[in-house]
Parts: sequence; C-alpha cells; structure tokens
Amino acid sequence: MKKIFLIVFMSAILSFSAYAGADGENTLSKEGGKPVKDCFEKVNRGIFAFNQALDGAIFEPVAKGYRKFPVPIRRGTSNVLSNLSNLVTIPNNLLQGEIKQAGQNTIRFVVNTTLGILGIFDPASGLGFASLEKEDYGQTFGAWGIGEGCYLVLPVLGPSTVRDTFGMIGSTIGGGDPWYNVTVKNDTHYFTDFDYYGSRATAGIDFRAKNIESFESLEQNSLDFYASVRSLYLQDRQQKIVNSKKVVDTMDDGDWEEIESN
Amino acid sequence: MNFKKYLIKFSLILILFSIFVGKSFSLEPEKFVQSVVDEASAVLTKNFTKEQKIEKLRSIAKKSVDIEGIGFYTLGSHRKNLSASQKEEYSKLFESYFLKSFASRLSEYTDPKINVTGSKKLNEKYTIISSVLVATDKRPEVKIDWRIYTKNPDEPLIRDLIIEGLSLARTQKEEFNSIIQSNDGDINVLFANLKEFINK
Repeated sequence: MKKIFLIVFMSAILSFSAYAGADGENTLSKEGGKPVKDCFEKVNRGIFAFNQALDGAIFEPVAKGYRKFPVPIRRGTSNVLSNLSNLVTIPNNLLQGEIKQAGQNTIRFVVNTTLGILGIFDPASGLGFASLEKEDYGQTFGAWGIGEGCYLVLPVLGPSTVRDTFGMIGSTIGGGDPWYNVTVKNDTHYFTDFDYYGSRATAGIDFRAKNIESFESLEQNSLDFYASVRSLYLQDRQQKIVNSKKVVDTMDDGDWEEIESN
Repeated sequence: MNFKKYLIKFSLILILFSIFVGKSFSLEPEKFVQSVVDEASAVLTKNFTKEQKIEKLRSIAKKSVDIEGIGFYTLGSHRKNLSASQKEEYSKLFESYFLKSFASRLSEYTDPKINVTGSKKLNEKYTIISSVLVATDKRPEVKIDWRIYTKNPDEPLIRDLIIEGLSLARTQKEEFNSIIQSNDGDINVLFANLKEFINK
C-alpha cells in the first residue's frame, strides 16, 4: 500500500516537473508548421481537472510548506536534483550529436558530485563549466524529426504528447536513465526505490514551489486555463527541441504581418 | 496690442514645445522599453495602494502597448469573419480584458528590476528587444523579450512579451481559438467569456 501511494505521489511530481517544465510546460500549436492535434480533448480535460484537484489537495500545500525552508537548503536541494538530471541529459546530448555539450555536462557531473558533495554545491560553474539546458528522450526524438503525435494529459504527470510519453517510457522502463536503473530497475543494494521516487517527488515540489505565483496568476487570468497550459507546454517543448530561447527562431511572423495599426 | 504680442509669443512657444515633444517620442526601441519598464518599476516600488498601482499601470499600458493590434492578432483567422460592429465590440471588450488581466498580474510584483540587454531588428515593422528580470531570493532570473511594433518609429508600441521563450500573445491566441472552436465557431461565446471576466 505504501509503495502504491509512493508511486502515485511520485508520478504526480513527475507530471508537475513536466508541467513546470516550462519551466513551464505549455502547449503550443506550431505556427507555420503542422499544429499539434488535441485528439482526446474531452478525456484530456477530464484528467486535467483531476490533476488540478490533486494539486490543490497535495502539491500546492506541500510546495508552500517547502518554501518555508531557508534559501540555502532549497538551493542545495535544487542543485542535487539538477546534478542528477545530467544522467539523462548526457546520453541525450550524445544521441543528438552534441559532443561538446555532453563533455561539459560530464565534467559538471563529476566535479559537482565529488567536490560539490553529491551535487549540493556547484563548483563546476566557478571553474568555467556553466550549466546547460536539460535534454530528455522526447527532445531527442523531436530532434530526429519524429512528430509530437497527439497532445496528451497524463494522470498526475500532466501535459505531454505521444512522442514525449514514449520518451518518458524509454527513460524509465527502457533503461535510459542510469539513476532509475540503479535505484528501481536493478537491485544494487546501495539504493532503494525510495531514492528514485523521492528525488522525483522533490523535483516536482521544488518546481511547484518556484512557480506558485505564476500558476495562480495564469489560472486567475485565463478564460480557458486548460488551453493556456496546453499552449505553453507545446511552445516550451518546441523551443527545447530547437535548443533556442530566441523567439524569432521559433515563431512564424506571418500572422503579425497582417495586423496593421498606428 | 500687448495682448496680441503675448498671444503670438504664446503660440510660438506652443508650436516649439509640440515639435520638441514630438521629437522626444522618436525613441529607439531599446530606450523605449527601458523607459517603460523603469516607469512601471517606479510605480511598483512606491508606497501606493494596490488599486493606485493598478490604475497607474493601466495608464502606462494604454500609451505603450498596441492593445488593439494584440486583440486582433489573438483572434487569428476568426477576425476575418467579424462584422464592423463586432470588431468594434471586440476591441472594447479586449481592451478591458487586457488591462484588467495585465494590471492584476503586474501589481503583485514589488521592486522588479528589468535590464535591457540587446535588440534585433526583424524588419521595418518589428524589433525584438531582449531583457532580463533580475533574480531575487524568491525567483530566478527571467529572460523577457519584447516584440516592438515600429511601423511608426516616432511611436513604438509593445505587441508581445516573450517570457523565457513563451509568447503571451500566442498563448492568448490559442486560448481564444480553443474557446471559439469548442463552441462551433461561435464568436459570441468568446465575447460572453470576456464580459464575465471583466465583470468578476
């Protein structure tokens, strides 16, 4: 029973990582390209409502509590989780042909895990190896030219697409995440399932805590919150796949050109 | 006679003043954005009540944001099906919606520091200005790009904010589109939603 609760809880966190993914995940129809279809919108909206209720009952209150910890503790926690995420980012750097980034992330992981005491501190940045964008298998599939498929909202896990869901499955069950492999998949005697799910749950709470006001504001000011989240998630994923934060690289200006004023 | 001289002098001063003021609005997009954010930041930093802050932010938005242009952009292809009276009604509704939503979002911030970091001219009509919202203990640094409409270089206007690569105008457009589409293309449902938001 405890394990089931743990899995549900962690999944929720995972979904929120994605949610926030966007570091705010969003749904964005690809302007100028083929729009991402919301093939199961009715079901998706139902799951979205369920996730919202779960967030209100569990995640938001926990995130608010987490914010009461002193800044150094939260920063250290965030650093540890970010360091762990290199284990997924590095293989995906390689799969996308980003050799230089893979090297830099590997150095960061080694330096921060040792000198930085399991990633609590970030001495690598001080040595000139700055933090890079995270990569995952969904992004790699996108970089390889595989389309998103339909938009999905996963229970607890939040916004996704068919492609990103396959990426997530590849990361866990498929053995693409070394951290998952040494904690859940294989019995190494050094780690337990709790270490993995605990880290994922904490990542979700950390993300949620950083975005409490943003979510509140978005929800309060949206006429259709579901559609806003979908748009943001898709925009975010599209941008991460092209590895650019420059809007001019990811937006089609066609529609703006038609709007005349002054 | 004296009065006539006064009148001529006064008129001359007025003309010179209007020329000077006109010139002073001929802003480079970077300077324009920095001046807008500095003005908004000053409002948010001062000891005004929330209502006073909202009122002042609304007046800044009215003169620096192309609210009507954003409104029609967010309608997407649906704008082509509107009658003249519907366009007029929509413009009014969107302006009220925009100002309410924008001011309430911004008024929560205190002492925001935004620094303009660069610009990229897309064409004669658009320049993208890059800036960063400086990090605090409560939030990390946030990258904000501004789509500035420069068709009239003397009067640049903000048309979009792109926060960490996420376009607010585009998000709004997809939200409105979702409402219209899920109601069989009935634009009146969007109008009803806007009215409900404005009145709540």
